[in-house]
Amino acid sequence: MAQNDTVINGWQPVIGLEVHVQLLTNTKLFSPAKNKFGEDANSLVDLIDMGLPGVLPVLNEDAMNQGIKFGLATSAKISETMIFDRKNYFYPDLPKGYQITQLHYPIVKDGVVDLGYKKVRIHQAHLEEDAGKSMHDQYDANSVIDLNRSGVPLLEIVSEPDLRSAQEAVDYLKKIHQIITYLDISDGNMSQGSMRCDANVSLMRPDSKEYGTRAEIKNINSFKFVEKAINHEIKRQMKILEVGGEIEQETRLYDAVKDETRSMRTKEFANDYRYFPCPDLVPTHISKEQIEHVKNTMDELPEEKQKRFKDQYKLDDYDSKVLCAEKETAKFYEEVVQKCDPQIAAKWIIGELNALLNKNELSLKDSKITSSNFAALILKISDGTISGKIAKDILEDIWESGNAVSDIIDSKNLKQISDTGEIEKVIDEIFENNKSQVEAYKSGKDKLFGFFVGQVMKATQGKANPGMVNQLLKDKLK
Amino acid sequence: MNFKEQRENFRNKKISAKEAVQEALSKVENDKLNIFISNLRDSAEKRAEEIDSNFEKYKDKPLSGVPIAHKDIFCTENIQTTCGSKMLSNFVPPYSSTVTKNCDEAGSVMIAKTNMDEFAMGSSNETSFFGPVGNPWNDSLVPGGSSGGSAACVAANITSISTGTDTGGSIRQPAALCGITGMKPTYGLVSRWGMIAFCSSMDQAGPFARDAFGCAALLDAMASYDAKDSTCSKREVVNFENALAKDFGTLNIGIIKNIEELGINNDVLEAYEHSKSVLQQLGHTIKEIDFSELSSGICSYYVIAPAECSSNLSRFDGVKYGYRSDQNNISELYMKTRSEGFGDEVKKRILIGTHVLSAGFYDAYYLKAQQVRRMMKNKFEDIFKDVDLIFMPTTLDQAFEKNRKDSDPNRMYKEDLLTIPANLAGLPAISFPNGFKNNLPIGGQFVGNYFKEDLLLNTANKIQEVTDWHKMTP
Repeated sequence: MAQNDTVINGWQPVIGLEVHVQLLTNTKLFSPAKNKFGEDANSLVDLIDMGLPGVLPVLNEDAMNQGIKFGLATSAKISETMIFDRKNYFYPDLPKGYQITQLHYPIVKDGVVDLGYKKVRIHQAHLEEDAGKSMHDQYDANSVIDLNRSGVPLLEIVSEPDLRSAQEAVDYLKKIHQIITYLDISDGNMSQGSMRCDANVSLMRPDSKEYGTRAEIKNINSFKFVEKAINHEIKRQMKILEVGGEIEQETRLYDAVKDETRSMRTKEFANDYRYFPCPDLVPTHISKEQIEHVKNTMDELPEEKQKRFKDQYKLDDYDSKVLCAEKETAKFYEEVVQKCDPQIAAKWIIGELNALLNKNELSLKDSKITSSNFAALILKISDGTISGKIAKDILEDIWESGNAVSDIIDSKNLKQISDTGEIEKVIDEIFENNKSQVEAYKSGKDKLFGFFVGQVMKATQGKANPGMVNQLLKDKLK
Repeated sequence: MNFKEQRENFRNKKISAKEAVQEALSKVENDKLNIFISNLRDSAEKRAEEIDSNFEKYKDKPLSGVPIAHKDIFCTENIQTTCGSKMLSNFVPPYSSTVTKNCDEAGSVMIAKTNMDEFAMGSSNETSFFGPVGNPWNDSLVPGGSSGGSAACVAANITSISTGTDTGGSIRQPAALCGITGMKPTYGLVSRWGMIAFCSSMDQAGPFARDAFGCAALLDAMASYDAKDSTCSKREVVNFENALAKDFGTLNIGIIKNIEELGINNDVLEAYEHSKSVLQQLGHTIKEIDFSELSSGICSYYVIAPAECSSNLSRFDGVKYGYRSDQNNISELYMKTRSEGFGDEVKKRILIGTHVLSAGFYDAYYLKAQQVRRMMKNKFEDIFKDVDLIFMPTTLDQAFEKNRKDSDPNRMYKEDLLTIPANLAGLPAISFPNGFKNNLPIGGQFVGNYFKEDLLLNTANKIQEVTDWHKMTP
């Protein structure tokens, strides 16, 4: 059960994640109101989302299809019949006094997510509606409620307790992120709350057959915090267990500012949600034809894409994996290689472009780099118009300005000098001004060759074709 | 005047919609029985004028030019909708129920909204925040409930048709106690959109009228597939008025063995016996069926209905609409709002419902009740292999004294013994006047197989062609 390398001080962490993913549907799970982030408060609210008396939910089939997609992507069982339940509790941003969710008959059961080094089982994924948002800091005395989020479709993905370290939890979460963005069922934006995570953490002795008592940590909203919150919780539990204490089954809240978890409610005060089947919705049957139909609309998954990239563009494992890590990058790459050499393009995306994106913490779609402009840059490199060094400068220029590659080359006069006569003229001048070095070289100081190359490049502002410079220097210094 | 005459008078231009409405409104305004929660004179007169000036458009509609009263459980746009509760005494919905919309489109004019048991929980109309309703036959007696106002409205001859809802007998029982005809359709025939939920898996809207004819025409207007209600049936709705003239031939009519052992009053039993002979005279065959499970329905019902209501009524929390008791923190606001906004019967059912769904009790109560419900459904399925209809009394008693509930709450729950089984199974049932004793009406009911409303209405209509119980007025 235990993996030795994840055992800390004789304790084996056992972790399961519940990941809430907001689905990218046009409308909400049970109402015709728009599902959109960042609009004016309470502007996307239907009668149904307000829980007015006598209104009834109607299932959004698109949300169901997105759930089916996730099930297919994780080799899970898609339920023949899914049933919605009511989870009853009072909260001001929960207008009906219950949340419609799926308890016993979820849309997806028994899936697998492959982290490469281990497989993590998915217990189930179920559809449910999101609650609204309470805000306590806008007015002095009153709290206010925004119901735009009320009824937004969520897929809650519940893993088995298969994870053994905070790092594995992060890897799993990143994998889920990759799957849902590849499937286009969510934007997976953790900072906007479209992907949220609760972690169940417990410790046990590596040879134990039973899991320890777990604590559930809520409100983890970034990859970084997942790692921090879990590690913090492992330490907290270890401290208690080391002195013979007992872990209390409880819900804890992660505070990113103080980097600590603190108790929200203990088991004794746990809510009794009084689940029962929602009588307003009939059991939904999912036919084989429906699943087949969804399958046919599905895009390639990361592993399939990697394999294709290797075959089609003759890339190695590493390059294809990096290019396929994010769907956006893979798409960008495929657009670029329509027009230019796939291997040079791969090298430049993985190297220089990724470096710029990481340095500026931007995603491709938010940057000024377009696939056609980037392809133009690669073409200029491969046809010898510009040198690699110049290309780097141009890339930085497009990053800032978004201008077309050819315009930059023209306006800055950056075209590579590949004219023999012109380069020879420069070389002759340099020889004339550095007679002693020429003598020294000819008398055996071979190392000075680099000095001449540098001088030529300096004189041509780096535009001279390096291959030609080398050849001409060699010829002339004979 | 019954519905048919009233509609004929409009169609023949003997009386305008406005005249009919004004006559009904003056009766509403003179009502001494507390039948109504709101009187809609202004909007009704305007609507009647509209119908009169578009006579051609409306004359062939099923409810053309006929005044109607709606149970105050149906949301009506820009018109106060209280559900008989203090909780919603100030609630004005920005939308209309499908039922009231359908009735509008069918040419009727809503003149008032009727009193009812709070959130439809009650069998005597005494749990209403707006006070009890008197029975038109005797003011000191109850009209039944929960649709007591709607039943009394037709019985008192104020309108010829009205709408009700039936979760455990709330149409049929008051129809029986007031001496009119009332029908609970198959679950899913009439949309629940905009109808304030009590027990979602059983609530079903249906018509009241003096006779089966009026019920058929009103049901024609009410029934429609509605994409806004996921539990609504998609099957094509037949024309019920036309079905009255159809010949369904002779039927096998099931009667329940040993039904007299269930504590039914002798006068009710006598009327029941008499109706059986009428059915035989009409050529039908009476067949005795074994339905010993019948009385377990009530136990199942009084678990499932409170369970669903405890959840359905959670939305009334003082945060968004309806009654609010202003407090300094949210839990106080919840507690005070709900303590002050709900009446005792509603609170009792919320407590029961919360209990039966609680961890540790769910299996023993809710799950068990669902199993009984399933058994009931299966039993009906078996029965309908042998018979076309089941006939039984609607209630154990005739109309009873007000204030009985305080002394005997269990007897009040038992009042629904004969009506509840149809709700548990989702079957259609129609109650019609079938006797008269002590200056009070008695009701009998048919329960039919799913979507056999046409057969129920047709059979009740055939009886009414040869009997006069439905013509008696207070």
